[in-house]
Amino acid sequence: MSLLKTIETGLRSLLGHRLRSVLTTLGILFGVAAVIATVGIGQASSDSVTARITSLGTNLLTVTAGSTVSAGVFGGAGSANTLTMSDVQGLQDPQSAPDIAAVAPVSQGRASLILGSANWSTTVSGSTEGWLVTNTRTMGSGTFFNANDVATRTQVIVLGTTTAANLGAGVGDIVLVKQIPFQVIGVLASAGSQGFGNQDDLAVVPFTTAQDELFGGGVQRILLSATSASTIGSAYLEANQILLQTHHITNPSQADFTITTQTQVLSTAQAVTQTLTILLASVAAISLLVGGIGVMNIMLVSVTERTSEIGLRKALGATPLDLFRQFVIEAGMLTALGGLLGVATGLAVGYVVPRAANIAVHITPLPVLVAVGVAVVVGLVFGVYPALRAARLAPIEALRAQ
Amino acid sequence: MPASDELIHLESITKVYGTGDGTVAALQDFSLSVASGESLAVMGPSGSGKSTLMNILGCLDTPTSGRYWFAGQDVSRLNETELAHVRNRRIGFVFQQFQLLPKLSAWRNVELPLLYRNVRDRRSLALQALEQVGLANRVDHRPSQLSGGQQQRVAIARALVTNPDLILADEPTGNLDTASSRDVLAVIRELNEQGRTIIIITHDPEVAPVAKRTVHVRDGRLVEQVAA
Repeated sequence: MSLLKTIETGLRSLLGHRLRSVLTTLGILFGVAAVIATVGIGQASSDSVTARITSLGTNLLTVTAGSTVSAGVFGGAGSANTLTMSDVQGLQDPQSAPDIAAVAPVSQGRASLILGSANWSTTVSGSTEGWLVTNTRTMGSGTFFNANDVATRTQVIVLGTTTAANLGAGVGDIVLVKQIPFQVIGVLASAGSQGFGNQDDLAVVPFTTAQDELFGGGVQRILLSATSASTIGSAYLEANQILLQTHHITNPSQADFTITTQTQVLSTAQAVTQTLTILLASVAAISLLVGGIGVMNIMLVSVTERTSEIGLRKALGATPLDLFRQFVIEAGMLTALGGLLGVATGLAVGYVVPRAANIAVHITPLPVLVAVGVAVVVGLVFGVYPALRAARLAPIEALRAQ
Repeated sequence: MPASDELIHLESITKVYGTGDGTVAALQDFSLSVASGESLAVMGPSGSGKSTLMNILGCLDTPTSGRYWFAGQDVSRLNETELAHVRNRRIGFVFQQFQLLPKLSAWRNVELPLLYRNVRDRRSLALQALEQVGLANRVDHRPSQLSGGQQQRVAIARALVTNPDLILADEPTGNLDTASSRDVLAVIRELNEQGRTIIIITHDPEVAPVAKRTVHVRDGRLVEQVAA
């Protein structure tokens, strides 16, 4: 029998059992749609993490106090606060650290900001004039505080756009932080909200002011900016050397600080989201497999039900190969249809979900192609057994079945 | 070896079912020959082996031992695919249960055997065959819209459409009333008069006279030959 005629015969038989065909197709449809949607969501969160981290600048290095990394596991972060302002001064020395462009200590806490009747809780960082460069931020209006403000403990504050908007604050206003008045001298340009956090909801005050008036304590971490992306390696070595010296540590493996580069953070974050995506996709893949078993089930029912038809076709001259092809093609058509509808559903989910819920979905062609390919292969594989059963039926027995 | 005018030549055919102690010989040392253009009725009670004979004659099954020449070709040792080709090109079947596919129209049913060989003009061949059995005005009817006699005539058209050497009818009137039986038998007789070889398997003594020769099968053996 010609291929075209086989396909036509298959279509006729599938249309003859519309409800059954639709239900079988649904199994594949959901499997394919689930694969596409979950991989899309995983891809989107991976993208946003990457974007967020790279927006901080790839030449950023972070020195964390007291935490150690052994075999990739963080131990007791911040358990010993070992970073000091003299570390910051050491790192700023252009002689011993020529590849470090800017340094900014950070001590951070949450606090309520009050302006008139407006009240807004946000993250307040104490830092130095180097904060702007190390965080690769720019000013929207006003100015950032300078070294002099840090030295003289000026009570000035710089706000993110979200914070400013929620307080209704502008340059020149006085906001209260923990009952202490700070004058707004600048508002940062928006960095946009990406994925998990809003980079525009924050406030920065001079480090010294924060220490004296707000949080006390020492330096939680030091942000370093290498002169360029290519000097990160030497900046890392210089910073390490300086800190070992100022901390009087001879054995580098016993360092009481950790220096992380953005690339490290990036690869860790990407590994995490990738693992998550793989996990989600495998759950989806299992549902695709279940859909395939559904196809096999229905094809077996179909072979049993059509035993006498198979017998008749054999008597009329259908070869085992003819019947094998017919049933495999029917299974293939069911899954191909389910696959295509699944792609449509997956794309629809990718369109609707970001608008209905605040979850980004980024659908790329590869998972779509893979899902459809897998669906068709699943259909063909699961169609083989029923088709073999049909091909092997003895014509006389089959004819007798009524 | 078969004579040149013989369409069918069975030589010492034995067919055994089952294995070990449970074996049953449905046919034993069975020999028969049918000339081209002949009409033959095979009679026998149920369990006599006539169904087995029909399966072997129709190339639906192969004998355990013995030789079967069909149109000069030894078909007793062919594989399934080769047998399918013989059935498709040389034999037309008519079954007791009609065996029409309920979702297909009359002409689509008649077209079926042509699908398994690459023939063009399948529709016109099917229509021709339906005209031959007097159903030219029923070509688009589904089996359920036809009477039993008409359904069996569609089945005969389907057997005819490939222009086979042999038409093998298994209890062709078993499911029909007297009037329809007469119709169907008339069509079969007419086909034979046009020169086609016919074998009818039946247990009904009223059907046998359609054929010019009758053989009886009992306990898997040929017991008598009666010339009508």
